Amino acid sequence: MQDTRGNWEIIKDGIFSDNTIFRLAISLCPAIAVTSKLKNGLYMGLAVLFVQTMVNFSVSLMRNYIHPRIRIPIFMLIISGWVTVTDLMMAAFARDVYRDMGLYIQLIVAFASILAHAETFASKNKPAPSVSDGIGMGIGFMIALVIISFFRELLGKGTLWGFTVVEFKPLLIMILPTGGFIAVGLLMGLFNWIDMRFYGGKGAGGLG
Amino acid sequence: MALAKKEHELIVSISPHIRSEESVEKIMWTVTLSLVPAFVAGLYFFGPAALMTTAICIVSALASEWLVEKMTNRELTLKDGSAFLTGLLLGMNLPPTAPIYIPIVGSFVAVAITKQLFGGLGFNIFNPALIGRAFVLVTWPKAMTTWVAPTAAFTAMDAETTATPLGLLKEEGLGKLLEVFGDKANLYWELFLGHSAGSLGETSVFALLLGAAYLLYKRYITWQIPGSYLATVAVLAWVFGGSDPETGAFIWFAGDPLIHLLSGGLMLGVFFMATDYVTVPSVRRGQLVFGVGCGLITMLIRLKGGFPEGVMFAILLMNCFSPLIDRSFKSRTFGLAQKKEEKKEHKH
Repeated sequence: MQDTRGNWEIIKDGIFSDNTIFRLAISLCPAIAVTSKLKNGLYMGLAVLFVQTMVNFSVSLMRNYIHPRIRIPIFMLIISGWVTVTDLMMAAFARDVYRDMGLYIQLIVAFASILAHAETFASKNKPAPSVSDGIGMGIGFMIALVIISFFRELLGKGTLWGFTVVEFKPLLIMILPTGGFIAVGLLMGLFNWIDMRFYGGKGAGGLG
Repeated sequence: MALAKKEHELIVSISPHIRSEESVEKIMWTVTLSLVPAFVAGLYFFGPAALMTTAICIVSALASEWLVEKMTNRELTLKDGSAFLTGLLLGMNLPPTAPIYIPIVGSFVAVAITKQLFGGLGFNIFNPALIGRAFVLVTWPKAMTTWVAPTAAFTAMDAETTATPLGLLKEEGLGKLLEVFGDKANLYWELFLGHSAGSLGETSVFALLLGAAYLLYKRYITWQIPGSYLATVAVLAWVFGGSDPETGAFIWFAGDPLIHLLSGGLMLGVFFMATDYVTVPSVRRGQLVFGVGCGLITMLIRLKGGFPEGVMFAILLMNCFSPLIDRSFKSRTFGLAQKKEEKKEHKH
């Protein structure tokens, strides 16, 4: 089924109403694992933005040649191809970040949201809307990670991008995994509240 | 549209028609009252610093409650005493000399996040005071595990830093503990009275038991959870807690249950936190399971875990299981036809 929305609308929906972290509540593992530092959060977001856009583009180009019965393995192959590209690029150009979270870059292969977008959108739509979908989802994901890691690094260490911002007794719990869950939960609640209060939405119900 | 009320008018209303005298407010303040002996004992041993810590806890708990309810336009419930009680319990769970930001942040997490964000009193999954304590314990581990030795009353201002009895038992064994306290009888006696290092409310077993006895007498708490919890801890301490005094090698059935029962936050947790109406199962048989589970986790952490004390984590972990336990022990309703639709309806 072709999507009838315009490209801008697709991008906007990917950022706001279909935000991977805060609205769909999928791919929460990276949102918690890598967001203890703002820098890591941003780089992870960029990596996912790139992978999602390229995967959507490739899948959309090949959509008429992939037999439906073997589509998932083919998608996985395409995804791992682009993840390898990202992985090698980060290893070459962002050494310090790569040392911190190289494993998680490779784990992008297993992100639910990447496969979901390839399966539900890119395999049914033309390249241009598919790229918009990838960009929208990637930017939405990146913004979410940046917001989460901003608060976690600020509260957990008192620094931002490695520079000391405030001097206080940092809340150690915020850079531990526990703090990741707390940050994601509170921010999700905040965005639901904003949505319900100002835009008359119903709030996120997750996928369940 | 008010209807004029006539004297012979029949009032039709939904049940229950007979209401008890009890109210949330009354229960909360009674529990607070029953904590007074332990609080006074804590003041006697730890002096003004303890009073200060608890006061900050209570004030910031009330302030957090007020703030969140104002912000979300909900009814103000400061008078029902639940925030006051949470603040008091948290204060009694902190080291008496904790730096000022610990009680403030702890109370805020307890009341604003654990209770109010989940919908207010009655909707929280976890015990607010314990989450508050867990949060500050993980956040500032050093400040939260610096204990001071009890000084009799308000004389000595320079507190001496020391380990809690459970900390000593874990790090250096029973021998060291006996060295500090003299002989075993003296150890039991000191622990029972509360003359040992620890947080304000957890040291005096005697004072806590006084309060607990009053609650049991008033039937605000039942024996199921405290009974099964304490029994499990005692049995496990006896079976697995023993070790050879010289070599430290493990011996079966040689543990000392009394040390484990009398030390740490067990008494406070058992009678005042594992009996919180909101976060524990309400079915009697389920409460037994809850108590046994708490006992198991407590002893697992005390004997094998990284922390010297496990009561807090045990109760929090079992809080997660409360809805599940309640559902599995739901009593059968008689007189229902065993048709599929009705069965389904009954379940929900």
